Amino acid sequence: MNRLKGYRGPGPWRGRAAGLRRLDWTLILIVLVLSVAGAVLVRSATFQLMIEQGKDPESYLKRHILNLLIGFVLGGLVTVLDYRLLRAYVPILYAVACVGLVAVLTPLGSTINGSHSWIVLGGGFQVQPSEFAKVGLVVLLAMILGEPRDGEIGPGRRDVLLALALAGLPAVLILMQPDLGTTLVFGAVVLGMLAVSGARKRWLAGLVAGGGAAATAAWAFGVLKPYQIARFTAFLDPSADPRGAGYNAQQARIAIGSGGAFGKGLFEGEQTGGHFVPEQQTDFIFTVAGEELGFAGGAAIIVLLGIVLWRGLRIALQAADLFGTLVATGVVCWLAFQTFENVGMTLGIMPITGLPLPFVSYGGSATFANMIAFGLLQAVHVRRRAFD
Amino acid sequence: MNPRTHFRLVVLYVLVGALLLVLIGRLWTLQVLDGERYRQTAAQNRTRDIVVPAIRGMILDDRGVALVRNRSALVVSVDRTSLSRQGDGGDAVLKRLAGVLGVSHASILQRIRLCSPTVKRPCWPGSPYQPIPVADNVDPKRALQIMERQEDFPGVTAQVQAVREYPHPSGASAPQTLGYLQPITQEELDERKGLKVTGYSGVDLIGRAGLEAQYDADLRGEPGFRRVLVDSQGRVTGTAEEKRPVTGGNLVTSIDAGVQGAAESALKKAIEDARKAGHKADSGAVVVMDATDGRMIAMASHPTYDPAIWTGGISQDDYDALLGKKRGEPLISRVTQGQFAPASTFKISSIAAAVRDGYDLHGTYPCPGSYNVGSRAFTNYEAQGHGNMNLHEALVVSCDTIFYRFAYEAWLRDGGTDPKKNPSDPMVGMAREFGFGARTGIDLPNESAGRIPDRAWKKAFWQATRASNCKAAKEGYPDVARTDPSRAAYLKAIATENCTEGFMWRAGDTANFSVGQGDVLATPLQLARAYAAVANGGRLVTPRLGMAVTRPDGSLVRRLPDPADPRLKVDPKVLKYIRGGLADVTKRGTAAGAFSGFDFKRVDVAGKTGTAEVYGKDDTSWFASFGPVSKPRYVVVAMVSQGGTGASTAAPAVRSIWEAMYGTDDRKPILKNGRLPTGLPGPPVSRTSQ
Repeated sequence: MNRLKGYRGPGPWRGRAAGLRRLDWTLILIVLVLSVAGAVLVRSATFQLMIEQGKDPESYLKRHILNLLIGFVLGGLVTVLDYRLLRAYVPILYAVACVGLVAVLTPLGSTINGSHSWIVLGGGFQVQPSEFAKVGLVVLLAMILGEPRDGEIGPGRRDVLLALALAGLPAVLILMQPDLGTTLVFGAVVLGMLAVSGARKRWLAGLVAGGGAAATAAWAFGVLKPYQIARFTAFLDPSADPRGAGYNAQQARIAIGSGGAFGKGLFEGEQTGGHFVPEQQTDFIFTVAGEELGFAGGAAIIVLLGIVLWRGLRIALQAADLFGTLVATGVVCWLAFQTFENVGMTLGIMPITGLPLPFVSYGGSATFANMIAFGLLQAVHVRRRAFD
Repeated sequence: MNPRTHFRLVVLYVLVGALLLVLIGRLWTLQVLDGERYRQTAAQNRTRDIVVPAIRGMILDDRGVALVRNRSALVVSVDRTSLSRQGDGGDAVLKRLAGVLGVSHASILQRIRLCSPTVKRPCWPGSPYQPIPVADNVDPKRALQIMERQEDFPGVTAQVQAVREYPHPSGASAPQTLGYLQPITQEELDERKGLKVTGYSGVDLIGRAGLEAQYDADLRGEPGFRRVLVDSQGRVTGTAEEKRPVTGGNLVTSIDAGVQGAAESALKKAIEDARKAGHKADSGAVVVMDATDGRMIAMASHPTYDPAIWTGGISQDDYDALLGKKRGEPLISRVTQGQFAPASTFKISSIAAAVRDGYDLHGTYPCPGSYNVGSRAFTNYEAQGHGNMNLHEALVVSCDTIFYRFAYEAWLRDGGTDPKKNPSDPMVGMAREFGFGARTGIDLPNESAGRIPDRAWKKAFWQATRASNCKAAKEGYPDVARTDPSRAAYLKAIATENCTEGFMWRAGDTANFSVGQGDVLATPLQLARAYAAVANGGRLVTPRLGMAVTRPDGSLVRRLPDPADPRLKVDPKVLKYIRGGLADVTKRGTAAGAFSGFDFKRVDVAGKTGTAEVYGKDDTSWFASFGPVSKPRYVVVAMVSQGGTGASTAAPAVRSIWEAMYGTDDRKPILKNGRLPTGLPGPPVSRTSQ
């Protein structure tokens, strides 16, 4: 805590005890509940497969708990760190993220589930740099767009272009993996943060139009991989290829739909137990909740995530400065888009992309990144404006 | 905080809230409104119906000896549907499988490709949704490798299945009678009611010929099914419901393996001997029938084949050989499908016709070497004259000219070339009564009807061939004329005659008809039935093979019907007279040579030779017999196409069958006291080998 001694920010900071009281405990509680729910769902999705393969049925659960613990530590560290000091490290953070993203495109990277998104560290550990790039992006944009301005209500043209350029580089690297989902998360974050930073409407309109044009061009000039087109057509008509691209979508919907109002009971899901839905502990974790806990459980998870987003927006509103507001906004846009896309694809209202459900899905890098984001929210909240 | 940021944050609030509401609304629709539908889909997703194929019934002989049975084989099958779901179309799996089975990857690909007009065998002629067997009789060790490493072999199953086995008891093969099995086609599968054998159960086979086809429904049994719980990989996790299969019924036939074996070896020897004597002897048939009720005791057909080649996929070469003319079309049963001119064996019908037409049964008639029918001279065999004789002697020495006269005179009475309105045609009518020109109704598919050429047939045939005949009549045969002008002139004259008056029932036609020549065609089975009618005193029996369907423990499922036998409208005295004539044929007539030294005291055999002239081919050799003369019980008929005279080729074959049935001084008889077992056999003598 020594490094915070010279702090003279708008919020009073009176040592550890006062700091603890200033934390957003609602947010902590909700994230804890989501993490426990996620751990239970991860176990449900994996224990039968592990038994069939003659492995420890709790092996996924144990690793997930370890990931969560590491994540909480990371989040705690970020919380106590003065987020404004992050500005000094942002260029390094950004550079590391970009190097990581370049590295996965080299032979250092590994392909898992069709995306070349991983660096295998050995010993069963692997890192997904794109998850950490999300953190980097949020802080970087907040730094560029949140610089104190005199009289100006929004960022100037130079700042906007710089922000777009610096966001564009990792976005393109991620698109090359190819990881369309994370690229879309980048788009949502950029758009949301630009909007909240006060950028002119024409910038926002231009960004939306540019994104649309890029998507159209990608479709027209065949930049998209055939499986991506297949996923998209399968999204439009899931019965078109029930054994291929439409399989995930269809099986996910069957699992959720068969859960009914109150579900089949925890660990009792037949679709889940029979491994009909692929990637169920990661991208399709929501189907476990849908089948075993029914509408009650599924809606509860959505509501809990909604509370996280609400707390995030509240933190953005109460932030001490524009930088804090933008950090919180970026985190909210990231988590909101990822939640909508992840749950939406299992419900058949969004095309299938590989994105985990925040705080719930299994996966080390994603858990760490989410917890860091959670830490960022707390860090902004701790240093909020005096009134509350 | 500036107002624009504040406002946009509020917009973001609303937007996020709206998105989450969309998710909850959609979740409500899926789970609460459509939940029931998804629950049903999920249930279908999770269970799989495995049809457990029933073991097909055996085909037994009259003593309960298995002619066709089952053996257990480890069959490795490949499911095309499952392969197609794999990224590489299952190529990696098939390569691994080829390695385990020790065969080439290409050969497995060949066996699982679907047959079509452009795809040659080996290929899969059955439904594409059935697992396709790629190897049977797999070494259990290899099968275990596949079953233990299912994750390496998705879509491949190794199962114990019952496959057909042919034990050849007493040398009895009878493949044309027994028939064979083939994978069911998708259309047949769709038509079939009840449980369909699909999925992981193995192959559904259907009888494609012979008894396997005729009694398919009895032999097939009823497949059972198991509704099993499966996971997404198709791994079985439990059983929800089960219904055990019902083994197919055993078909008890009237075939006697001992007599069948004797018939097959007699036919084989007759053909070999005929070939040694310089005849082509391209095909042949032997029929042994119970004269009293039409039960088929033996049916042999040549050329023949080993039905085991059908088990487990057939190569294109084997298949071509079975269907092809080159190997003599061994799938065709010459007994029921072979049609040949019956020649002098046909005279039993012609005598009965002449007597009914008014000729004295006990009269004396001249038998000149040659008889003029109209302007043309028709001769005896080798134009030999025999002086005056009664009808008994006419059969014994096989005089033709007596029959030419009967036929010619009847033709003249019918008005000759200017026929009266309802011509009597006594010989045609009698031939039909004897069952010629119509299917016998035997319980086998695809029986041929033979041919009785009457006036209506002549007319239809003339219309069908008129164009080509008239063209030849006009242009002659320039190709033939270059090498053989006299033959060309002869052919041209015939073409001219056929063109202008081919529709007419001419004197020559009726003369040929009377001795079973010309356009008359009969199957060996039809001839055997006609001789059974003579032997049993005038009942036209319906030949039949199936006696009963029994359960594996020998108890009766159902007795197969024995159709009523119509009576010939022939005076029993006439038939008795014919029997007397035929009895002398084997002792001092045309077959005396073939039967020299035959022990007539053991069994008194009567018979008739037939030597049919076939244009452009060697003679068809016939011998039709029955015995014992005092109380006829069996009919034995042999035919060898292009086999020479009836006396030289067919008669010795028939003799050896009688000797096998009744025994000789050095050989034990197959029949006990001249009888075959009556009643149903007990449980099958030879069970499914395990």
